Amino acid sequence: MANVGRIVSISGSLITAAFEQPVVQNEVAYARLHDLRLKSELIRVRGRYADLQVFEDTAGLYVGARVEFTGELLSVELGPGLLGQVVDGLQNPLPALAEASGYFLPRGKYLEPLDREQRWSFTPGVREGDTVFAGDALGTVPESEFEHRIMVPFGLAGAWTVRSVVAAGSYTVEEVVATLEGAKGQSVEVSMLQRWPVKVPIRAYRERLRPSEPLVTKVRIVDTLCPVARGGGACIPGPFGAGKTVLQQLMSRHAEVDVVIVAACGERAGEVVETLREFPELTDPRTGRSLMERTVIVCNTSSMPVAAREASVYTAVTLAEYYRQMGLQVLLLADSTSRWAQALREVSGRLEEIPGEEAFPAYLESVVAAFYERGGTVRLRDGSEGSVTVIGTVSPAGGNLEEPVTQATLKVVGAFLGLSRERSDARRYPAIDPLESWSHYGGVVDAADVSFAQRLLRDGNEVAQMMKVVGEEGTALEDVVRYLQAEFLDASYLQQDAFDAVDGASGAERQALVFGDLVRVLRPPLAFDDKDAARRFYQYLTQVTKDWNRAPWQTPEFEAGREQVRTLVREAGGDV
Amino acid sequence: MYKTYVRLERVTGSVVAVKTNDAANRELALITWPGGSSLAQVVRLEADRAYLQVFAGVRGLPTDARVRFLGRPMQVPGSDALLGRIFDGAGRPRDGGPSLDEEMIDLAGPSVNPAKRIIPRTMVRTGIPMIDVFNSLVESQKLPIFSVPGEPYLELLARLALQAEVDRIVLGGMGLKHDDFLYFRDTLDGAGALTRTVGFIHTAADPTVECLLVPDMALAVAERFALRNERVLVLLSDMTNYADAMKEVAITMEQIPSNRGYPGDLYTQLASRYERAVDFDDAGSITILAVTTMPGDDVTHPVPDNTGYITEGQLYLRGGRIEPFGSLSRLKQLVNGDTRDDHRAIMNTMIQLYAAYRETLEKRAMGFRMSEWDGQLLRYGEGFEARLMDLDVDLPLEAALDAGWRLLADCFERTQTGLPSALVERHWPEPA
Repeated sequence: MANVGRIVSISGSLITAAFEQPVVQNEVAYARLHDLRLKSELIRVRGRYADLQVFEDTAGLYVGARVEFTGELLSVELGPGLLGQVVDGLQNPLPALAEASGYFLPRGKYLEPLDREQRWSFTPGVREGDTVFAGDALGTVPESEFEHRIMVPFGLAGAWTVRSVVAAGSYTVEEVVATLEGAKGQSVEVSMLQRWPVKVPIRAYRERLRPSEPLVTKVRIVDTLCPVARGGGACIPGPFGAGKTVLQQLMSRHAEVDVVIVAACGERAGEVVETLREFPELTDPRTGRSLMERTVIVCNTSSMPVAAREASVYTAVTLAEYYRQMGLQVLLLADSTSRWAQALREVSGRLEEIPGEEAFPAYLESVVAAFYERGGTVRLRDGSEGSVTVIGTVSPAGGNLEEPVTQATLKVVGAFLGLSRERSDARRYPAIDPLESWSHYGGVVDAADVSFAQRLLRDGNEVAQMMKVVGEEGTALEDVVRYLQAEFLDASYLQQDAFDAVDGASGAERQALVFGDLVRVLRPPLAFDDKDAARRFYQYLTQVTKDWNRAPWQTPEFEAGREQVRTLVREAGGDV
Repeated sequence: MYKTYVRLERVTGSVVAVKTNDAANRELALITWPGGSSLAQVVRLEADRAYLQVFAGVRGLPTDARVRFLGRPMQVPGSDALLGRIFDGAGRPRDGGPSLDEEMIDLAGPSVNPAKRIIPRTMVRTGIPMIDVFNSLVESQKLPIFSVPGEPYLELLARLALQAEVDRIVLGGMGLKHDDFLYFRDTLDGAGALTRTVGFIHTAADPTVECLLVPDMALAVAERFALRNERVLVLLSDMTNYADAMKEVAITMEQIPSNRGYPGDLYTQLASRYERAVDFDDAGSITILAVTTMPGDDVTHPVPDNTGYITEGQLYLRGGRIEPFGSLSRLKQLVNGDTRDDHRAIMNTMIQLYAAYRETLEKRAMGFRMSEWDGQLLRYGEGFEARLMDLDVDLPLEAALDAGWRLLADCFERTQTGLPSALVERHWPEPA
């Protein structure tokens, strides 16, 4: 017997429905508009009235229209075939939707995220009589370069006995591959497809571990000065035009991880299109396959319905957790969490909740914290380790980092990669401010060298400030040299040319070697006759080092570049 | 036949409430009373009560006005008969011509599927060197023109409407002074450009609510043209007035304000309009240029700030010129690589030299001695402002590049500019 309610009021994307039978908080309900079924989520119950946020435009809905409650929480489909997909916040595959409906995104049209026809080559990994727990692999199918584990549904509690498992062969996602029996004799049929509610973390692992391994992004300033750990969290706040999205795009290309989930949340459609059209053409240097085969794009761009924007980040993080359960390293890039927070604010306003700072809801902080906490490194029951690293951009209003979203985020992340307008105006890319940014994680280079470099950059900045007041004439020679050294380190190491194939992606070993060399170049004091001589020397050294950066790793060219830098320093009296 | 209601239960701000059981969300209604009539739209439904936003405002509205629901949302005509016509914010003719009711399209329809978009690759030539050479406009781009009130942004928009190499121009005016509207109309008409233009003009004297409809109408029409394989340029002015109208309406509807009184969904509202800019994979395109005045020249004001996060770059209008610093077309590198071999080099070098000129100006102001190089820069800077930056300059891209070389040759030696030698060989003009 279907649970049906009736709409009693409509305000923007929020509708209120009167109901008779019990309903479930956060369950999915469909508002009926003639033949259309508009998906919505129950977000508040008062008396016999339920408030629902509709994930679609509510135009045309009327008082008295039917609302069908499903009793199921907002869920995603998990199974082989997710990689390479482009879906909206509710996991509708967009290319299939375009085929079915043309240019526009029609409301009330929901397609199945996973292909029901495609057959996957299943290899069983358990035998009849084996005991299994939620998250254990029953077998595998090849997907992209991975062995995609077909797992015991995450929601099954306790021990289960395998009653039957199919022979190796090809099956569709809906065909039963195993039958399990529970402690009380109840039986469950398992297919390759399982559903999981997006707002509930997947916890089918043995333990959570401390993030200790660095996640190599190949962006030097990040990996060297403010590294991000696998399973850690980082945020990238910055004013518009400072390069948040470009930085994330670089990470999505070069980061040394198995799977990348891109959550394009409330940002420009054009940027999604770039990823969408370019990734299939680009090859992943590690696997030789197209980058798209390790990527899933979840997009709710700024013109798509606001209520689904909140769902999109949860959909993305659930997909990330799913691949983590296979012992894979997953990177989740969320751009931008501010837009998600604004969506929360809009809904909160419609609910007439008492507003907090800048009208954001009072629960903003706990919601943001809970989201970043879904990242992490875990040891699975079979001993393998998987991780979800969450890197979110923040778009602070007016570039002011005091605003609530930035502050809420800073409390829960382990690395802060702050972009600055000054650096981007000076075309110093990536425009991460080396003085303001920080990280609690260990990086790919020697820690003592890092503190030396940070000290040098701070000193250089102080001298620069001083020179603005007293001019170069009034500054001592050693101070000017300090300043020039800092500028050299900035120009030849921290800055990176994203469009250069070699310079744009710098591996961990290369960073350790080059950074070590540069610190050795910078440590010993060099004597210069005057400031002009010092400036000429560091300008030339910058030029030579930049050329070195463009020489491919482990080639004679690279060695020659290295030697050239050393020679130059030796000629200036340095001991390297 | 639709039912008519004759009793308004509430009148607050521009919103009235009427008791009814058969109104749909966002449905349009016609309100008539002895002194006038107005369209109104359902903005909220509550039990047996519908709240309607009255487009013409509520002044003089009696509580026994007649309300008739029309069974459709707000629509705008989409036929080619629109060309050369000017309408007001409620879609009524503003030019004395007949009303149109052909090929009606709903406002604010569904958004474009990202899978149907392509990476834009076609430049929109405007004949304005500061745009074509230095910040090339690309089809499907959305760019605001950040400007202090008083700058000649309307002149700039009018020039764009006349010169831009596109098939259709859709003009959206929000809170325009009536003089400005007349200036626009006469300029376009005088140059014979009205025939490829449609205008939706809300003037400062018109009801606030009508201001809110202008971008939606302009963009709905643009979308229809684009689907017919046409390249459309949408010119909007002024988005700050639009945001202020939103603020006014939101506050009278008792929404909780977030920042300086603006509603919390300001970003979403602006983005859902700007995001209509599109390059379809197998049809036309929509490009948007929107004037956004910055109160107090403050780019961190909520309207320009939110806009900057949405758009693909920005143009700053200062001192009657498009400012080379700060102005940025984020998409320019998609197109300026295959215009002419010297395009990118000229773009970078001329701006660097202009920056050096600005530094020299500062040095001169502080009383430092001018070197020979400084003298060259001063000559260059003045030439640059007169020959390229001036808003009256109308040159095709290639002629503008040539003018750039000519200016460089007038001020510098071949070896002084830092341009690649191969380009200098090919393009450096003979002494005049």
